[in-house]
Amino acid sequence: MIAYALRRLLGAIPTLLMLITLAFFMIRLSPGGPFDNERTLPPEIEANLNARYHLDEPLAMQYARYLGNVLRFDFGPSFQYKDWTVNELISSGFPVSATLGLLAMALALVVGLSAGTYAALRQNSWIDYGVMTIAMTGISIPTFVVAPLLILVVALSLGWLPAGGWDWTPARMVMPVVTLALPLIAYISRLMRASLIEVLHSNFIRTARAKGLSERQVIFRHALKPAALPVISFLGPAIASVLTGSVVVERIFTVPGLGSHFVQGALNRDYTLVLGVVVFYGMLIIVLNFLVDLIYAWLDPRIRYDRRWS
Amino acid sequence: MIGGAYRLFPLILLLLSACGGGDAPQQQPEPLSRPVPVVRVAADAQPSPQDLAAQQILRRGNGEEPETLDPHRAQGVPANNILRDLFEGLTIELPDGQVAPGTAEHWDISRDGKRYTFYLRDDARWSNGDVVTAEDFVFGLRRSADPATSSPAVQVLSPIVNAHEVFAGTLPADSLGVRALNDHTVQIDLVAPTPYFLSLLTLPPAYPVHRPSLAAHGDQYSRPGNLVSNGAFVLSEWVIYSHILLNRNPFYWDYEKIYLDQVYYYPFADQNAELAHYRAGDLDWTYEVPSSQYDWLEQKLPDELSVTPWLGTYYLGFNLTRAPFEALPELRVALSLAVDRELLVDKVTRFGELPTFHLVPKGIPRYESPEYDYENWTQAEREAEAKRLYQRAGYDEEFPLRIELRYNTSANHKKIALAVAAMWQQVLGVETVLINEEWRVFLQNRQQGRITEVYRGGWIGDYNDPYAFLEIFHSQHRQNDSGYENPTFDRLLERIGTERIPSRRMRLLAESERVLLQDLPLLPLYTYVTKRLVSPRVQGWQPNVMDNHLSRWMYIVRTEDELSQADREANEQARRTTESELVDTVDETVDVLVDKSLDNLGEIAVDTVTKGVQRDPMAGDNPAVSAVDKSMESADEVQIQRAEMDAEVEAEPEPESIAGAAEAQELSPELRPERMEEDR
Repeated sequence: MIAYALRRLLGAIPTLLMLITLAFFMIRLSPGGPFDNERTLPPEIEANLNARYHLDEPLAMQYARYLGNVLRFDFGPSFQYKDWTVNELISSGFPVSATLGLLAMALALVVGLSAGTYAALRQNSWIDYGVMTIAMTGISIPTFVVAPLLILVVALSLGWLPAGGWDWTPARMVMPVVTLALPLIAYISRLMRASLIEVLHSNFIRTARAKGLSERQVIFRHALKPAALPVISFLGPAIASVLTGSVVVERIFTVPGLGSHFVQGALNRDYTLVLGVVVFYGMLIIVLNFLVDLIYAWLDPRIRYDRRWS
Repeated sequence: MIGGAYRLFPLILLLLSACGGGDAPQQQPEPLSRPVPVVRVAADAQPSPQDLAAQQILRRGNGEEPETLDPHRAQGVPANNILRDLFEGLTIELPDGQVAPGTAEHWDISRDGKRYTFYLRDDARWSNGDVVTAEDFVFGLRRSADPATSSPAVQVLSPIVNAHEVFAGTLPADSLGVRALNDHTVQIDLVAPTPYFLSLLTLPPAYPVHRPSLAAHGDQYSRPGNLVSNGAFVLSEWVIYSHILLNRNPFYWDYEKIYLDQVYYYPFADQNAELAHYRAGDLDWTYEVPSSQYDWLEQKLPDELSVTPWLGTYYLGFNLTRAPFEALPELRVALSLAVDRELLVDKVTRFGELPTFHLVPKGIPRYESPEYDYENWTQAEREAEAKRLYQRAGYDEEFPLRIELRYNTSANHKKIALAVAAMWQQVLGVETVLINEEWRVFLQNRQQGRITEVYRGGWIGDYNDPYAFLEIFHSQHRQNDSGYENPTFDRLLERIGTERIPSRRMRLLAESERVLLQDLPLLPLYTYVTKRLVSPRVQGWQPNVMDNHLSRWMYIVRTEDELSQADREANEQARRTTESELVDTVDETVDVLVDKSLDNLGEIAVDTVTKGVQRDPMAGDNPAVSAVDKSMESADEVQIQRAEMDAEVEAEPEPESIAGAAEAQELSPELRPERMEEDR
């Protein structure tokens, strides 16, 4: 198992390297530079700025310099927010995004798993159809519609919650968390329902029933664990994406998370910020996928990585 | 902050129930009901103390996140708004935009207009208590011009002797024409007389630096805790993408006249989010309003919507370096005349923008725009002439002009581009391809001019002078994206730079605009307006063409609800005082005071009843009101109130309507400073 884990982590290095390389050259290929503005800079100032951020060096050299810095976990200064380094921007935005993301994921798991299970057990009943219709609606309505509607109703009409902003109080988290959770709930409940229905028709469940176990034991002891597998594999990338924040949610609720840096950084051609966020996101996905695989092994006795690798 | 929000919620509920039927068009326009502010200003234009709200906290929406709060590395309107509060230049702007003494108490200007001597006030202090010296200003100006600082807004300093050589690095920073004659005197030498120079000094590139903290913190100098500033406020918190909080600077020389204790600046990436915050009562001042919401705003928040002229021109530029616009001014004139600007501002932009045929906005003091024949024609006449010129340029229905119109992605620019293209199509039969591009892609294409034919352009004046607009069409100017090159025009601009006699200078400016408009490298469409929502509780500011509003002039007034609430509290307090044992210990004068105050309160009560003011139970959570616990203080306060009430006059509320805005906007004779960035 440890050998497997090491191997997996070593295998992640080329992936990351590829990611950095692609991202580095792609952002450089985009037209316009970080210091372009409505007001054109005098050529001397532009040259000075370029020299300050080493943009006057050959691209290969900049790439090498960047790789060296990433090795030391130094993502460099932000081109746009001149008072801050990319590391600081990430470490101030990530806790906010992660808090919202984890809360949304927790909510989505509780609601999604229960709704999916409930629907699967009452397959083709009106409850099943009802739950699935709601889930379908949840997937179909984009967050940029849900979020303003929530603000209009909950904040402006009912006056129950503030219209946005951030100060780590629950009142300001409710709407962003619900908005983030809605599509997740929809996905998870549909995944759970489909997979549970399939599991309930499999042979080992029939065996369990034949042994005379109560329906309750059949479901909780035998069916739920394997049925959760597709949900788990969905969770890896889903958690990574939800942790790094959603631009739409952050803009509409004015939350100072990581998602805005991604998009704003790209629009501003803030090379270091975009790269920093991409690398950070990449590492997060790799780690979470790895954790998912470990959980798989624990949930499904048929999967044993160490045997395969030894 | 949340407390404030909750306090307004009942009102918002009320207003929403008022428009419960949705936005049905047949519905009677019903303004949102908001607390009515008390606006009484004493004879000396200072607010009377009893009208001031207990919490002097201003919450301003501020567009994008500022790039930096280092005054010499910053650019853009959001950063400059905050820096104007944090720092103070040799000169500052008054609420109406006029330039007034700042840290410099007064100054002399030499006869040739090229040497300025500034005398600093003795009581100017940094926010840590250090004295602000002439050397701080000299150091600040040198640092700003130094290429090592890479200041993006450094052009502001170009009138100073040797500035260009210093920017380029050919001369060291200390050869800049600035020196400290002694601790309190700064002397600045200019290349040429520059009538708007005083207004340039209100801008961040001309701010002083606190040298010890810069030396100690280097690149992190502009962070909360490190930044030592000399303005009315001091940086307290900065959470990126969340807020920037400023506190009143206790060492500021005019501390007594600063009313606000705190100013919050909130960045908003989304105009609708900003509007939602304002409606929820979380903001007192918005940076802008969504352009598409004019009808709603006009119907629901007419008293809070402030729309006033702004020193800027929206235009379309022609690329003169390639076909079809490299020759043939007729074609450009035809395209210009075919656009019905009245219709455009009435139906498309909607906020009362002023249609224009000029580059320089009307209303700059002492400037007379050159007459342009077409201005007085009817649109039908213009269109007939447009058709004639179009044919003379060699196009007709069979061989129509095919052009591309580029603009940066934005709903507003798109609407305008669509409207203009439709007008060209209708009048002349021109086939226009609309191309929208992401901001930086657009900028690059516009600057390089290789594929661009017609582009969206706009320019906000850096200072209140026609030169700010005309100079961007000089053949050597970096901003000249049209590639316009006319030696006559260039020579005129160069002569303006050295002309000392104001009237002759203005004539030269008008002449150069006439030359420019004859060649027409651009198609002016309208003069910008500033549009924002301002809570009626925010007072002390005035609309001004430069749209710079320093928080130091502003204050928050009580609403009538709060005032009557405060009266009631004071009344109870006074009564309790008479009954309590305090009476025994306090000497006779207090008894007299209390008696007087009771009389006075009777008057106020009558006044309140006749005005039909309802008391709002929610206003009771006003912390300062409930904090008034000591009966002595209460009695004193009531006494002061009485004195003030006798003296005060009722003033008209500040925000103005759109219709009267143009006339009401009195342009000052002073030249005013700049707006660093154009709308995107």
